[in-house]
Amino acid sequence: MHNVCAIFRREFASYFATPLAFVFIIIFLLLVGVFAFYVGGFYERGQADLAPFFNYHPWLYLFLIPALSMRLWAEERKSGTIELLMTLPVTVWQAVLGKFLAAWCFAGVALVLTFPMWITVNYLGDPDNGAIFAAYIGSFLTAGGMLAIGACLSAATRNQVIAFILAAVVCFGFLLSGYPLVLNAFRIWAPQAVVDAIASLSFLTHFQSISKGVIDLRDLLYFGIVIATWLIANVIVIEMKKAD
Amino acid sequence: MIEISHLTKRYGALTAVDDISFNVEPGQVLGFLGPNGAGKSTTMKMITGFLSPTSGTVRVCGHDVEREPLAAKACMGYLPEGAPSYPEMTVRAYLEFIANVRGLSGARRRERLDDVITRLALKGVLEQVIETLSKGFRRRVGLAQALLHDPKVLILDEPTDGLDPNQKHEVRKLISSMSKDKIIVISTHILEEVDAVCNRAIIIAGGKLLADDTPQALASRSPSGRLDDVFRQITTGVQPTHEKEAAHA
Ligand SMILES: Nc1ncnc2c1ncn2[C@@H]1O[C@H](COP(=O)(O)OP(=O)(O)OP(=O)(O)O)[C@@H](O)[C@H]1O
Ligand SMILES: [Mg+2]
Repeated sequence: MHNVCAIFRREFASYFATPLAFVFIIIFLLLVGVFAFYVGGFYERGQADLAPFFNYHPWLYLFLIPALSMRLWAEERKSGTIELLMTLPVTVWQAVLGKFLAAWCFAGVALVLTFPMWITVNYLGDPDNGAIFAAYIGSFLTAGGMLAIGACLSAATRNQVIAFILAAVVCFGFLLSGYPLVLNAFRIWAPQAVVDAIASLSFLTHFQSISKGVIDLRDLLYFGIVIATWLIANVIVIEMKKAD
Repeated sequence: MIEISHLTKRYGALTAVDDISFNVEPGQVLGFLGPNGAGKSTTMKMITGFLSPTSGTVRVCGHDVEREPLAAKACMGYLPEGAPSYPEMTVRAYLEFIANVRGLSGARRRERLDDVITRLALKGVLEQVIETLSKGFRRRVGLAQALLHDPKVLILDEPTDGLDPNQKHEVRKLISSMSKDKIIVISTHILEEVDAVCNRAIIIAGGKLLADDTPQALASRSPSGRLDDVFRQITTGVQPTHEKEAAHA
């Protein structure tokens, strides 16, 4: 456990050692605001809730999360520090977990910094704060799922650009599979069970169900399984190709 | 104790390390010699558990590196080739991180940190970001990292590459001063270094072990008594006398 902790602390601090943390947080906050106010019509709807704010989170994450995850392992490969890390007395699991948790916590910090939105709606009206809390959880879990995907794909290459593109594409697939457009295309020829299965694979389906304000055990389980699966894949990728 | 038996590593058709066996006992400082691409770094990567051998086994301090990697890694300090380290960290933060992972705490932690910082003269750069250090200082940070937990076994891949003459001298002195009860394996291209610090030398080329002897005994194999000539003779098969003639012609 102290190894996970040591790696977590090193990784988390490394976000702040470069301009990455500040650039990421500022861009995230800017985009979140732009989408909520201009695209989502936060004021025009005349409702005191944060739906227009949360609705765009998965789409923002689609390219912001790969930007966070791409460096996790690709950078270690590129700079050769993976040789250092893997010859220290830590297991691959501890390293994978420490890195993932650091990136997830960092995403959490960016998310927490959107609290002025929450203050604003409470100032303007009387929103359902329980639902807002649930939506924050849903958003955080979606970020976690995408980070697990990104971390695993980052382990597969030494090139951060490739890691970014791979992660964005796979996350896009995981989002799109819940989009009505895609589901309708399947609905024409596939049985309902298949359509449901595809929809149930999507971040979007589970994110939206949590954002409605009910934290269902099945949704939590879904995110738990997605994160665990990709982290296991991450460990396997590292063990299979530590050196090249 | 390091026990290496029938160690082989293949990359596709290329056999980088070819059926190498040898043991190293405490008190030995083993110089690992060979031309570029001989397989020195590959062997060291297998000893430290970074690479899995294609076949053969490595045991360090009685632990099989493949089966009990954590126990084996805990008793080793390793300076990888090129001394990779996290560029965005300060020297202090980096050494603190290594101390955390090595499980050092309390008074011993402070004592060990002070010791490596003094030995490798890092006091002046502690707060400097590693990225901005000169190559020699980066190498010293890498050495400090390897020595931090005072390991029984030290594997150093080209430890003096990029150091100035004074620091080369210091590092050699450091290695000699630690050699009494440790196992130290260093790879190097500087043959005088082998004379200066090693009490055993292994020459490999093309992944094969070609010679294993004391530096003095090796040197005496050549009429000139120089290790350089023996090295060239063993690794290329060319008699040094012929070379001299070729150079004159
Ligand atoms: N990942 C890899 N894939 C394919 N071949 C590799 C790989 N790593 C090393 N090799 C090959 O293995 C051989 C041994 O390399 P190694 O790095 O062990 O040499 P070395 O003795 O350390 O050389 P140097 O003195 O230049 O450091 C070389 O021919 C090298 O090209
Ligand atoms: Mg080498």
